[in-house]
Amino acid sequence: MLTLDAIEIRQDDFHLGADFTVDTGARVALIGPSGAGKSTLLNVIAGFFPPVSGHILWDGQNITTLPPAQRKCGILFQDNNLLPHFTVKRNVGLGIRPDLRLSADDHRTVAQALDRVGLCGLGDRKPAQLSGGQQVRVALARVLVQRKPLVLLDEPFAALGPALKAEMLDLVRDLMDETGATLLMVSHDPADARRIAPQTILVAEGRATRPQDTEALLATPPEALRRYLGT
Amino acid sequence: MAARAFAIRRGGPGFVAAALVAATILGPVAAVLWRAGGGGWPGPADWAALRFTLMQATLSTLISVALAVPAARALARRRFVGRRVLITALGAPFILPVIVAVLGLLAVFGRAGTLNTALDATGLPTVQIYGLHGVVLAHVFFNLPLATRIILQGWQSIPAERFRLAASLGMNAGQVMRHLELPMLRAVVPGALMVIFAICLSSFAVALTLGGGPRATTVELAIYQAFRFDFDLGRAAVLACIQLALVTVAAILALRVAQTGGFGAGLDRSLRRFDAETPALRLLDGTVLLLVALFLLTPMVAIVLRGGGAVLDLPGSVWRAAAVSLAVAAASTALTLALALPMALAALRRPMLEAVGLLGIAASPLVIGVGLFVLINPWADPTRLALAVTALVNAVMALPFALRVMTPQLIDIRSDFGRLCDSLGMSPRDQLRLVILPRLRRQIGFAAGLAAALSIGDLGVIALFADPDIATLPLQILRLMGAYRMTDAAGAGLLLLVLSLTVFWLLDQGGRADADA
Repeated sequence: MLTLDAIEIRQDDFHLGADFTVDTGARVALIGPSGAGKSTLLNVIAGFFPPVSGHILWDGQNITTLPPAQRKCGILFQDNNLLPHFTVKRNVGLGIRPDLRLSADDHRTVAQALDRVGLCGLGDRKPAQLSGGQQVRVALARVLVQRKPLVLLDEPFAALGPALKAEMLDLVRDLMDETGATLLMVSHDPADARRIAPQTILVAEGRATRPQDTEALLATPPEALRRYLGT
Repeated sequence: MAARAFAIRRGGPGFVAAALVAATILGPVAAVLWRAGGGGWPGPADWAALRFTLMQATLSTLISVALAVPAARALARRRFVGRRVLITALGAPFILPVIVAVLGLLAVFGRAGTLNTALDATGLPTVQIYGLHGVVLAHVFFNLPLATRIILQGWQSIPAERFRLAASLGMNAGQVMRHLELPMLRAVVPGALMVIFAICLSSFAVALTLGGGPRATTVELAIYQAFRFDFDLGRAAVLACIQLALVTVAAILALRVAQTGGFGAGLDRSLRRFDAETPALRLLDGTVLLLVALFLLTPMVAIVLRGGGAVLDLPGSVWRAAAVSLAVAAASTALTLALALPMALAALRRPMLEAVGLLGIAASPLVIGVGLFVLINPWADPTRLALAVTALVNAVMALPFALRVMTPQLIDIRSDFGRLCDSLGMSPRDQLRLVILPRLRRQIGFAAGLAAALSIGDLGVIALFADPDIATLPLQILRLMGAYRMTDAAGAGLLLLVLSLTVFWLLDQGGRADADA
């Protein structure tokens, strides 16, 4: 279970408060207007940016000051998820050993993960030789081998077309179901939330709400969300 | 978003490297200041050297920039076959050994040069290259291309939409000049003037070969003469103080005014300019570019023609000198990289460190050379350390360029992959091995190429320190010229030209080979 206990984030004149819990295995979307702080909140949870006050807990353990790699989360950024000079295999292998000294077992794990995301046989290519959708699959394979109980998506599908994005979202949902990991996903499209996230956190006007039922929230949106959706 | 901890503990080696560089530059400067205390007040000859230095630098700068404006304008508004090659060639003087350019200019403008032969044949009075106009000519040869590149960058910083807007409003070339181009020139030209002025102040090899005598001696040359001919260390130190003050002021002004260096990428973009499509303007631009290309290429062609026949019959001393130059350049390049990489990494967190690297621009090689001599002399015979000192000083001189080449790419690598590395938990060592070095290969190759070419062509400290038994290739050429063996000098000049271009090309390509996008 992820707990944000009275978190306050400040950066110049930007301000965001968050105080909520996310249940283990939940899939939660973060939606709200651009500039409201969805990505910043994700970066705080991942450990790239410190809050000015409050605590972040995972299963009761305080992780507020831990470096990013020691937290229980894997993260996909908007871009630059892959190192362009490494093959697909090595990019995935980084999730097992960041020094890339991989054992035979590790190589098998990488191959299985690539099979699972539908990239069988493409392990020796470099990212530039893959399509945008395939590059996202490589990054997902790395998240898979990392075996982290919390997965954070910072709009990694933003550059994909609608059909491809839907395909990726379905893949993410299936992977989360198989691993039982908890998912937090930034999105600016309510359709993404409807598709794979039963719960939604609204980030607007300096506050992140607690997770609410996605359908109910979108059916009767509060004022801030209504203005963002334009309904 | 503040990336958390890219290369967090890499401060250590970077600070050590910065301290070494600071000691290499400031130690000799301190020694010079201390030694100058016994040197007395500058005499009339010293003031004359100061006056000449300022005058030749002012003239060289004004002429270079005045010619560069029409040349850059022509390059900015014309599209033609060979445009890219010409722009690339404008970057070449940076790695062209000064002594080779001087040989080329002598072949064209010298006593028995092409120009005077032609003038003589038609009964016209011949021209004399030695003295003020020779020094200015050589400086324009080196700095016209640099000024053109800096100003061309200014032209290309004007958004294409503005020129399209001007075309749709029906502005003619004069109106475009007034509304779009003059404001840009007002911002860019002062920087170009200051950079070139600062470069011309430290001119040594040009003044040594084309100047000289009481009426054409720069401060750098006067340091050399006081040191070499009179062995008057006190006077050399006083002159070094003058030079130090001069260059420091100019460098500070240049850094303050100048916005960009001259070797940035993206200069090959061209744009259709409707306002300039009149026959008269076409003729003007064509003539300007032709003259500039002729001025820059003729001396190089002359070197190839005159040296080509002599290259295979060069005396053994020239080949030995070439081997010495290659060894010095290899040591100097390795040292440049060993200093630049840790400093650039540490500068990500402490930008002040790059300023330490820039000290190399402010201090002149001759000042450092005199200072090192003062420091070494009580302990060892400085001539025995001539080559080591040359490699060291060359490395310190190349360092600012290496840092400028690496730092922007390092900042990009950090912003692109810093968070990824942190989220994967890579150690600083693994980040260096797996991410930074592979992604920095092109810049490392380019910086190594610059450092090697600068070192191989350098004629500075080595002239101060060397005894007759030892020489780098540029010094050997100087000796051949002094002995009026001009054919051998031209052959050795061609050899030096080929060596420095080849070394640059090999290292630069080494960085590019199978580097990924």
